[in-house]
Amino acid sequence: MILDKLQSLFAAEILGTHQDKGDLTILLKKARLHDVLAFLKSDPELSFEILMDVCGVDYLKMGENPRFEAVYHLYSVTKNHRLRLRVKVPEEDMTLPTATDLWKSADWHEREAFDMFGFQFAGHPNLKRLLLFEGFEGHPLRKDYPMEKRQKIPVPEDKPT
Amino acid sequence: MTENSPTERMVLNVGPAHPATHGAIRLFVELDGETIAKASTEIGYLHRAFEKHSEHSTWSQVIPYTDRLNYCSSLLNNVGYCFAVEKLLDLEIPERAKFIRVIVSELARIMDHLICVGAAAVDLGALSNFWYFFNVREKIYDFTEKLCGARLTTNYTRIGGVMRDLSPDFADGIRGVLKDLNGAIRDVARLLERNRIFMDRTQGVGVISKEDALSWGFTGPCLRATGIPYDLRKAQPYYYYDTYDFEIPVGTAGDTYDRLMVRIEEMRQSARIIEQALTRIPPGPVISGDPKIALPPKERVYGSIEGLMNHFMLLIDGIKPPKGEVYGAIEAANGELGFYIISDGEQRPYRIHCRPPCFPLCSAFVALVEGGMIADAIAVLGSLNIIVGELDR
Repeated sequence: MILDKLQSLFAAEILGTHQDKGDLTILLKKARLHDVLAFLKSDPELSFEILMDVCGVDYLKMGENPRFEAVYHLYSVTKNHRLRLRVKVPEEDMTLPTATDLWKSADWHEREAFDMFGFQFAGHPNLKRLLLFEGFEGHPLRKDYPMEKRQKIPVPEDKPT
Repeated sequence: MTENSPTERMVLNVGPAHPATHGAIRLFVELDGETIAKASTEIGYLHRAFEKHSEHSTWSQVIPYTDRLNYCSSLLNNVGYCFAVEKLLDLEIPERAKFIRVIVSELARIMDHLICVGAAAVDLGALSNFWYFFNVREKIYDFTEKLCGARLTTNYTRIGGVMRDLSPDFADGIRGVLKDLNGAIRDVARLLERNRIFMDRTQGVGVISKEDALSWGFTGPCLRATGIPYDLRKAQPYYYYDTYDFEIPVGTAGDTYDRLMVRIEEMRQSARIIEQALTRIPPGPVISGDPKIALPPKERVYGSIEGLMNHFMLLIDGIKPPKGEVYGAIEAANGELGFYIISDGEQRPYRIHCRPPCFPLCSAFVALVEGGMIADAIAVLGSLNIIVGELDR
């Protein structure tokens, strides 16, 4: 049902789907991502109230093009169904629309994805590093981040964020 | 500073008031008198690089890392990770292992709630509850020690089952501990439930509505305190949770009081589940017999060349799950603990992302305390049960 609804409205955006191990997964182009997310949340039959997770994946070593993917995990408490959205993100243009206006939990999830992979979320109110300090160079969960790399010791910053 | 109130706003680093605020998490508030005008949370001080480490370890080597995610209930993290990997492998684990996992999961849930409620009460100045609860926790620790040789970093499950069977005296011993637990819960509930000071400090404090809780991504006791009975054990049952007789306690107000009371009731329900699992547990093997997944028994390793080969192949090459991706989630003590795993068919995970339950809880902390009193911030923090190990992984 989820798939039918999405296909009728966003057929041009869907690159592929699968249901391996029972997890419904949809591969999306990123152009209309925000429309898709807003629809998934507001449609009464789908009503995905919880954005469980946003994370990035770097497919460098698996040789996929585009290189990055942002993965959204959604869950509906009332309907008890799940959905995974995978969004292809090329390295040259890592900007995605923010989902903070739809789910408040997107705030930190997106900051973490920015911190670890370097995604940019357009419209995010406070897109800065979350787990690492300001001034950290690079994005450590990228596959080409050198494991042994040393970083400069951070300078304390005493302002409320 | 205004004309009518000649006061200045003060910025303050809160704590250490909670076990997590000893340098592992930073709470920063801007005070207007005793009221919090603005707050911020900074995390990342404990960053252990769980996800990066996992990419450089074999599938089995990740299990000890999961111990340290939520160190108050490490048994549950072990179960959660192995559950996700087994989903990726399409592997059905032996019946007895399923029951053992239920028993250890519920024991871990009890241990986690014991420390959460006990420490939250200490934050409010009620010390004796902590001793009543920690006493029981120590007794459960004695049994985890018998189970796997460790009290804190259990490393008990294996992909395909569990590390070893329950000891013969386990069932009787745990039944005795559950009796002590009931006594401790009764004592603490009597001390807290109708305690005027405790009620005044926690009721109507840090209130969150149903809609906000969902939007912030709450799961577990903090979500159920708002009245939404979402529990993975009932919503998407695994390990036969649907055949157990237990209830999902919910709150009504979504305040600090409800969050703690839901946990107290959950401990009673977990004790019920353990009782039932101990009676129903079938005999049999505790780990899969597939030589490509589980180590063969020692008699076969020392007594046959095939066993020896299987043993070494597994240790050197490791498990090689098929190419694919999976999201496996269990109901941990704090809420939904999920692992998003991508395998490229090699001996190391291509990517493991952990969805810890207290990450969204902590992100909402600022919204819960802004506009409240500074003393309330401490009460709210205790009731959210923030575990730094899984917060910044």
